Amino acid sequence: MRYIAGFIVILLAGVPYMLGPAVEQPLVTLFSLVAMASWWNLLAGFTGLTSFGQQAYLGVGAYGLYVLALAGIDPFVAIPLAAVLAGVVALPVSFPVLRLSGGHFAVATWVLAEIFRLSVTLSPAIGGNTGVSLPGISGYLPLLRQAVVYWWALAIAAGSVLAVWLLARGRYGLAARAVGDDPVTAASSGIRVARIRRWAYCLAAAGTGAVGALLFTHTLYVQPGSIFGVQYSVLMMFMVLIGGLGTIEGPVAGALIFFALQQTLAAHGPWYLVLLGAVAVAVTLFAPRGLWGHLGRPLFPIAHLQER
Amino acid sequence: MIAALVQGVLVGGTYALVACGLSLAFGVMRLVNIAHGDLAVCGAYLALVVATGLGVPVLAAVPLILPLAFGVGVVLQLVLFERALRGGVLAPVLVTFGLSVLIQNLLVTGASANPRSLDGGAFALAGFEAGGVAVSWLRVAGFAVAVVVLGSLHLVLARTGFGRRVRATADDLEAARLAGVRVRPVFAGVAGISVATAALAGVFQGLMSTFDPYAGGLILIFAFEAVVIGGLGSLWGTLGGGIVLGVTQQLVALWDVRFAVLAVHVLFFVVLVVRPVRP
Repeated sequence: MRYIAGFIVILLAGVPYMLGPAVEQPLVTLFSLVAMASWWNLLAGFTGLTSFGQQAYLGVGAYGLYVLALAGIDPFVAIPLAAVLAGVVALPVSFPVLRLSGGHFAVATWVLAEIFRLSVTLSPAIGGNTGVSLPGISGYLPLLRQAVVYWWALAIAAGSVLAVWLLARGRYGLAARAVGDDPVTAASSGIRVARIRRWAYCLAAAGTGAVGALLFTHTLYVQPGSIFGVQYSVLMMFMVLIGGLGTIEGPVAGALIFFALQQTLAAHGPWYLVLLGAVAVAVTLFAPRGLWGHLGRPLFPIAHLQER
Repeated sequence: MIAALVQGVLVGGTYALVACGLSLAFGVMRLVNIAHGDLAVCGAYLALVVATGLGVPVLAAVPLILPLAFGVGVVLQLVLFERALRGGVLAPVLVTFGLSVLIQNLLVTGASANPRSLDGGAFALAGFEAGGVAVSWLRVAGFAVAVVVLGSLHLVLARTGFGRRVRATADDLEAARLAGVRVRPVFAGVAGISVATAALAGVFQGLMSTFDPYAGGLILIFAFEAVVIGGLGSLWGTLGGGIVLGVTQQLVALWDVRFAVLAVHVLFFVVLVVRPVRP
């Protein structure tokens, strides 16, 4: 099954040659959703940290890319640098926010995203409230630019799923799941709870930062009001919940479902978000293992024995 | 300067009024209600509907809104929160966040995204001057209501049988059960009080400034900051936290109004760094 997944990725890499920008555009959106959901899942599904502030790192990734591109680095080369930057920014921040857990952690991360948003809004040097467009991209022909954005999106999505899987199935994942299930028991079994949480937080920040930078190269324009919006956290939560918390396939399935819903229902405006909220509540209460957890079989196993 | 201090203290009362319900729900049920701010906004919309529907002043609509909000709180507890609290650590956070998205967008469909405000009539505009500081009666009333609500909550918790059961449950759920406390009505009552105080605070927010369906997020954040700055689990601490927030906001606004909200958030983080950790 894993070989099939690899084959699909290779097949998808050929899309720019065969199908062109009309197919690339929506797929970039889908891939960014997959990556965002996977990293959110590392936090919430494995380590038990529900963050409503991951949009902070989307913003850091995007604005980091802006600063790097302004310094003359090719924007596509700068995407990984922006991701590293987001991870580095997350490290000092993790100390205050990780002093909280549960709902308090969630709101504190949200406050953090607000701090970032207001700081950018109040900094005329990086465009203030009106936002900025991506410098250094005009050298690319539109067709090539869109193809490179697409390949980056695919690489980030596949890399995120793979990275979270490798983390989850190894020693780290075992410790992280123990922390998520019961931090006190985990600590008493000799797991360094604070260190596990800090790594999850910083890695998720870096991954989310890569998505932020990618979105910037995709839209070519970034505005603090949208990139730092809490609606991104709503999406991440929805996708991971629907697909299945704490599984590798769940966020991917959730992203596909959300993407399909978005394409068909977005025209109905707020009613579609009402539905999203209601489904999130219902799934948490009545099907907490999500769609994949209830129906699917693990394609990317992370444990020898799945609890049933 | 003094004017800013006075305004800050008065505004802080309103923040504390939102925050006390959040603090109570966490203290008793260990529930962080992410939809708390949205429930406050619902209170403001409800006041708008009742006041225009019946053609009565907004403040006359309050006695009607409070029992309704209490009932909503009880129902939410029995239908949603109770289940969510049984579902582990993540479930309450996810359920209340979903509820928040649900409420916001229902309000958008029902009332459009346009900002509204509540018309308090002549009273809302009236004020007095004391020592060169102009004070609005509405703000004074908001602060007084906050103090009265916190005071009566304190009395209820400290002196009544219900309060004793609430404190017992908050201290140790299992022990309270063993001692014969019926926990469900206690939780339902606390949820009712929490939503009713939120709705009341929402009405005052609506009278003092504008609100829209998305206002709940910032209301929640401010309430949460008041709770953390004031110290988790203490009602009077929450009032102190609200006042600190209000004063910070007003003092920074003296210097540059654009930095006022940012300063409050940063203050919250500073408190988070320096406050002692509780396991």
